[in-house]
Amino acid sequence: MTPLHAYLVLSALLFSIGLAGALIRRNAIIVLIGIELMLNAANLNFIAFWRFGPNPQALTGIVFAIFSIAVAAAEAAVGLALIISIYRHYQTANVDEINSMKD
Amino acid sequence: MIKFLWLIPMFPLLAAALSALAKQRQRKWAAGLAIGSMLLALALSLCAFGAALRGAGGDGVTRQVFNFPWFKFAEIQLSLGWVLDPLTAVMLVMVCFVGLLIFIYSVGYMAHDENFTRFFCFLSLFAAAMLGLVLSNSLLLFFMCWELVGLTSYLLIGFWYHKPSASAAAKKAFITTRIGDLAFLLGIAWLYSQTGTLLFYDAGKGCLEQSAMSLLVTRTTAIGLTASTGISLLLFCGAVGKSGQVPLHVWLPDAMEGPTPVSALIHAATMVAAGVFLVARVYPLFASSMLGIDGATTALTVVTWVGSITAVFAATIATAQSDLKRILAYSTVSQLGFMMMGLGMGGVAVGMFHLITHAFFKALLFLGAGSVIHGCHEEQDVRCLGGLRRFMPVTFATYAIGMLALSGFPLLFSGFWSKDEILHAAHHWSSSAWPFYLGLFGALLTAFYMTRQVFYVFFGNCRLALGRTTGSEQRMVAHAGLPATQHPRVELPPDPHESPSLMVGPLIILAIFSIVLGFFGTPAWPWFQAFLDGVPAQLSMARLFESSVLSVMGLSTAVVFLGLGLGWWMYGRKPDALNEGPDALEVIWPNLFELLRRKYFVDEIYEWAVVGLHARWALACDWLDRWVWNGAVQLCSLAVVGVAWADRFFDEYIINGGFDQACRRLRGGGGLLSRLQDGRVQNYLRIIGIALTVLALILIWGCRAA
Amino acid sequence: MSIFIILAALTVAGAVSALSLRNLVHCALALTVAFVGLAGLYLQLGAQFVGFAQILVYIGAVAILVVFAILLTRGSEPPRQPIFSPGWLGGAVVAAVVFSLLTGMVLSSEAVTREIPPLPQATVASLGEGFMTRYILPLEVLGLLLTAALIGAVIIALKEPRESP
Repeated sequence: MTPLHAYLVLSALLFSIGLAGALIRRNAIIVLIGIELMLNAANLNFIAFWRFGPNPQALTGIVFAIFSIAVAAAEAAVGLALIISIYRHYQTANVDEINSMKD
Repeated sequence: MIKFLWLIPMFPLLAAALSALAKQRQRKWAAGLAIGSMLLALALSLCAFGAALRGAGGDGVTRQVFNFPWFKFAEIQLSLGWVLDPLTAVMLVMVCFVGLLIFIYSVGYMAHDENFTRFFCFLSLFAAAMLGLVLSNSLLLFFMCWELVGLTSYLLIGFWYHKPSASAAAKKAFITTRIGDLAFLLGIAWLYSQTGTLLFYDAGKGCLEQSAMSLLVTRTTAIGLTASTGISLLLFCGAVGKSGQVPLHVWLPDAMEGPTPVSALIHAATMVAAGVFLVARVYPLFASSMLGIDGATTALTVVTWVGSITAVFAATIATAQSDLKRILAYSTVSQLGFMMMGLGMGGVAVGMFHLITHAFFKALLFLGAGSVIHGCHEEQDVRCLGGLRRFMPVTFATYAIGMLALSGFPLLFSGFWSKDEILHAAHHWSSSAWPFYLGLFGALLTAFYMTRQVFYVFFGNCRLALGRTTGSEQRMVAHAGLPATQHPRVELPPDPHESPSLMVGPLIILAIFSIVLGFFGTPAWPWFQAFLDGVPAQLSMARLFESSVLSVMGLSTAVVFLGLGLGWWMYGRKPDALNEGPDALEVIWPNLFELLRRKYFVDEIYEWAVVGLHARWALACDWLDRWVWNGAVQLCSLAVVGVAWADRFFDEYIINGGFDQACRRLRGGGGLLSRLQDGRVQNYLRIIGIALTVLALILIWGCRAA
Repeated sequence: MSIFIILAALTVAGAVSALSLRNLVHCALALTVAFVGLAGLYLQLGAQFVGFAQILVYIGAVAILVVFAILLTRGSEPPRQPIFSPGWLGGAVVAAVVFSLLTGMVLSSEAVTREIPPLPQATVASLGEGFMTRYILPLEVLGLLLTAALIGAVIIALKEPRESP
């Protein structure tokens, strides 16, 4: 069990916890939280591989992680704006009550 | 003359047609038409007779013929025609004369009947048909008139059709003669196929002339008969039916259901004589054989035997009958047998002489019986009559003359001379002596039963006053010894009376002729025979005393007296004894008497065999039709129905049902599938997750394997 | 190693509670704890800039945004209805399968058992240099993305104009 293993397993655990949360919770914001968690787990994966990978000089891992953080932030902003807008329309933030896409 | 011959049947035919249009009330018209037409026919017949007489001197042509084509198809031509020869001439005169007398008699007899007009229409039609039959030169025309007389006989027997016995008798007559007519028609067809013509005399080409005869004599059939014999036998079958010879005699006694003038004219004098006339007409056919005109040919032998058996058979039955007209009917059958014997053994002249004399005295007897019936208010059972001698003297006198003529009382009456000719021919017949003995026995019986009848009817007490009871009741009443007046439940009919002169006149005329005609055919002066043969007749008393002639005459005289004596002894000695007790013959031979009274059970045998067979066959066919053919059809229809039902079942439950089920499942499936798209994002996400996982697994394992 | 374990446990605990607590604000705060744990892990791995960027962006922006959203959607009171949506079992199964899959792959892979290279110098200067030379395109795209997101979020979250009655 090298440190890389540990970090990867941790990343996988965080990812699956985030996935479980996204698929299980009723509130849309919690779903978003789960998605943020998944992204973070992926970030951790990248950094771990940068550190224990073959070419840390290229800083590719770090750049990617920064990229991912920025994208995650933008996506969180848009997503939450959507949730607020939906809340205004449907008076609820529960994903299983918003089913007008069924038609 | 030959050109006008067709008018003779045409006058009665016109009378019949006009009578058919007449109403029931126009009696005088109907009777007048009928009698007038017969008078005209008689006049013309006498002219024809005169013409035939002129030609019979040996120098002129004995036969005049007129033929004309009737219709032709392809090369076949059917011709009709008429002939005037001595045979035709005597028959014409006899039919017209006897017919005229009976017509006049009928005016009186049927005066109380409401169907007077219809009666005379039918009578005229019959006269027309009979005259047509007599003068026809073509076997085809002969057959057509033969059938016509059969038709009118049916109409007249069933004249009182509302009586079931009368209509049954009419049907029986028609059907029984039909059986004979079938063979007759076969004979005609065979003759036509062999000779190509149905004309009797046609200037050498006719079927009775030399060329045709020699052709028929040489052709033989499979069983060894010559064509001429075969055809003769078939034609004779027709005569057997029409003239009531033994197997087909059953209709004649039942035909007495018709009115008495009908019985007199049709079933005594003329129609039943048509069979004898047929044999006489086609005699050359019967008489031809390989050996030339011998006389003992097969056909004539058959004719003789049938005649002799019939003569005795019917005479025995007549001795045990108790109905006035039935005795006379069986007597007619017996005498027709005699005529056939005469034709078979002695030739045309012998048979025809008896036919002519018989016509007169049998018509006389029947008209006398009719007079009795009329005077005794429709009573026909001889056991209920009696002592009419006092009430109806003229009838008694003429009836006695007729009876003596029929019995053959020697020398004075015509029956003696004509029967004697027959016995003479039988005595000299080469094949066998049996017909002679049978003829003698028949003559004995004739005398016997006629005496019995006369004693029953005209002598003794008048049993009519004892009422309309059956014979047994009557005897019971008589046994009780009570005077008739004291019997409470018996009605007393009025006394019998003599018939009006319209009825008695013809009786007297017929009686005169019954006596006179005999002298035209004695051996001393055989005018009749000579006339028919076409040679001049010579008077010679010496012939009367030839040994053979005298012996036969003596024998027949003895036989006749024996018969008369037996009859007198059993019935005439104590005429009052006829009141009580059974018939004298019944006392002596009860079993035989019963057998004779029941007519040898011939009717019952026919009923069981022929009719019963037919009925059983019809039942079998019905069963076959109902169960086998019908069953097959039903099976087919059931099969089809089954197929249709299976088809419908298949269509309804399998095709329809299957289709419905498929649609339902499809809807269900669609319903199920539609739940996938519920609009819930999280569900979509889950599905994506599952799909992605599966994909990843596949890829990893794929890579792993590789 | 022990620091790793502590930080890992903190992160996992924060993650689990972020997704299983009833009160939504507590979830957001737990998320923040998880982010802190992750930042510590980045620092442990020697990626200081990423670690601090994580704290700045995630904790300072995203978590606050989440809290704002929770408050704007009246999520402050704990909900009375169940917090798990129907069909949660499918989601749990999927997550479990994914975890087992990933772990299995990681633990059975040989590419991971290579020797560890020495710690690199990941200074901000070198990062900036990298951004300006090698990774210039991602930088520009990122700028564009952020602009679009900004505008988009504002438009989406804008209150719709009400029709005059």
